[in-house]
Amino acid sequence: MLEKAIRGSQTYWGWLIFLLLVIGVGAGNFIYQFFEGLKITGMGRDVSWGLYIAQFTYLVGVAASGVMVVLPYYIHNYKAFGRITILGEFMAIAAVTMCILFLWVDLGQPMRVINVMLYPQPNSIIFWDMVVLTGYLILNVLIGWNVLSAERKGIHYPKWVTPLIYLSIPWAFSIHTVTAFLYQGLPGRHFWLTAIMAARFLSSAFCSGPALLLIICFLVRRFTRFDPGKEQMRTLASIVTYAMILNVFFFLLELFTAFYSQIPGHMVHFQFLFSGLEGHGRLVPWMWAAAVFAVLALILLINPSTRRKEDTMIVGCAAVVIATWIDKGMGLVIGGFTPNVFERVTDYWPTVPEVLITLGVWATGFFILTVLFKIASSVKEEVAGY
Amino acid sequence: MGMDRREFLRIAGYSALLGLGGKAAFELLAPGQIDAAVESVPLTVGKKWGMAVDMTKMDEQIMDKVIEVCHRIHNVPKVANPKQEIKWIWKETYEHTFPGQHHEYAAEKYHGRNFLLLCNHCTNPPCCRVCPTAATWKREEDGVVMMDQHRCIGCRFCMAACPFGARSFNYGDPRKAPADLNPNFPPDMTYPTRVRGVVEKCNLCAERLAKGQIPACVEEANKIKEGALTFGDLADPESQVRTVLREHYSIQRKPELGTGPNVYYII
Repeated sequence: MLEKAIRGSQTYWGWLIFLLLVIGVGAGNFIYQFFEGLKITGMGRDVSWGLYIAQFTYLVGVAASGVMVVLPYYIHNYKAFGRITILGEFMAIAAVTMCILFLWVDLGQPMRVINVMLYPQPNSIIFWDMVVLTGYLILNVLIGWNVLSAERKGIHYPKWVTPLIYLSIPWAFSIHTVTAFLYQGLPGRHFWLTAIMAARFLSSAFCSGPALLLIICFLVRRFTRFDPGKEQMRTLASIVTYAMILNVFFFLLELFTAFYSQIPGHMVHFQFLFSGLEGHGRLVPWMWAAAVFAVLALILLINPSTRRKEDTMIVGCAAVVIATWIDKGMGLVIGGFTPNVFERVTDYWPTVPEVLITLGVWATGFFILTVLFKIASSVKEEVAGY
Repeated sequence: MGMDRREFLRIAGYSALLGLGGKAAFELLAPGQIDAAVESVPLTVGKKWGMAVDMTKMDEQIMDKVIEVCHRIHNVPKVANPKQEIKWIWKETYEHTFPGQHHEYAAEKYHGRNFLLLCNHCTNPPCCRVCPTAATWKREEDGVVMMDQHRCIGCRFCMAACPFGARSFNYGDPRKAPADLNPNFPPDMTYPTRVRGVVEKCNLCAERLAKGQIPACVEEANKIKEGALTFGDLADPESQVRTVLREHYSIQRKPELGTGPNVYYII
């Protein structure tokens, strides 16, 4: 099926070349970082994780959300999603690849990453994160490829794939639970030390991922002859709506706990994020933007007339993606580190090379996504007899 | 010969695989060096090393001196960006050393007063729990929280996990630290320097403990003021550190987190 990826329109090739250029710029900056060390980033001893780990956290959610199209089809026998499960699986592949790359570029000694396998430490959540992420990547490659090639040949996929599909469902939940555990089990970081963290992660994943998938479905319909389907997109929009409501609800629970108890250590991180602390407030406009986009998303998606109308639905989905990207990326990571363990505030802001490396990784993900979606849509077109 | 414990165990492990006894293996792999190798395995006499910082005796001069000595003998570089500085032992004000414990009517002499901070060598260290490669680990024999800079991958999970800010990351190459801040780096040729991209912290002078010496900060502090720092075995009720803790009121940093800090502050 790979040959489908090398036959495409000018737009397709132009887009791929553009992505390659961004990847090249990112790779160049990574080489610079590799030789100079992470000192070229904005990170420091107080905010020791930054933009990279923020993107990683967000993208694990996008990867996990593939299950939102797989689960209804295989468990609830919701036939309509049969057309788009492959898109969910292929998006998961691209997202997991970006996750692994973001973890890797964040390492101080990237060439030593093999040590995680040479000296496995089951007490470390990073060990489990590596296990579940690689497992999820392998599962989605095996399932996606076999199901699509069977569809192309007009036959049922091999029997051995079925147990893998069922395994991939709890596995998707596990990748984001484990990612939340990276944060929520650390003593002395009150912002993260909350039992609802994993649930919040899952809810934000299950709105942001399908919202992104919906936007991509629109692009697929615009640029190819494959139509993901009206009903499918409507159902996806409902899933986005429910998950976004839960996500905002869980966030409000955190606010209640912090501000009704009035415990300073619990309130201070929210104060830093939404009103600034000791004159440090670079994230404030971002966090309020996230709040505004979240409200906008809820208005557009809960209201049936705007949810069913495609233009407004897409705006709602874009608002979900932006709100969750700010909240779960920079908000979560920097908010957790600020103020630090001494109750001091240190500013963090990504540097230009840091941003370019980040864009390079995103471009790598979109490159993989484009190629995989090109293959999927070409196969669907071929089967439909175009 | 500079064989450390870990290397010793590794060679012993390979030898076992090859079906060789310890001594025979050494004669094979490194003839004639067995006695020297065994001697350099870090030996320690304590069961649970700990420290008491007596703030009634501590002053700025002592703190500055021990910081200077520690950072000199461990080749800790001064870096240009204060956000990315590396420190094994440092000063912090009372309010920020014990956040949540200070109050506005606390004894005036403590307002804004500097305390001496270092790794707590916790009994239940979260940094070791989260490390994906066991590059940092709690030494069973004497409780020192050790660091293997050859194994560290630089993920900085330990820095997120440590509630005491005791860990520093080499954001840049310490060997390329600015020369104007670090004349003649490395200052001590008998101690290794690090590469960029690894975490480091106070090792309770494990290299000195192995020779039967006490940590350099304690030695230096006591040269200026007897009893400003007391080091000893917390497992031994007759040790000096247990004696001073028995006789004075002392506090720990963030004991409520359950990490079991082994550095105590007499106030």
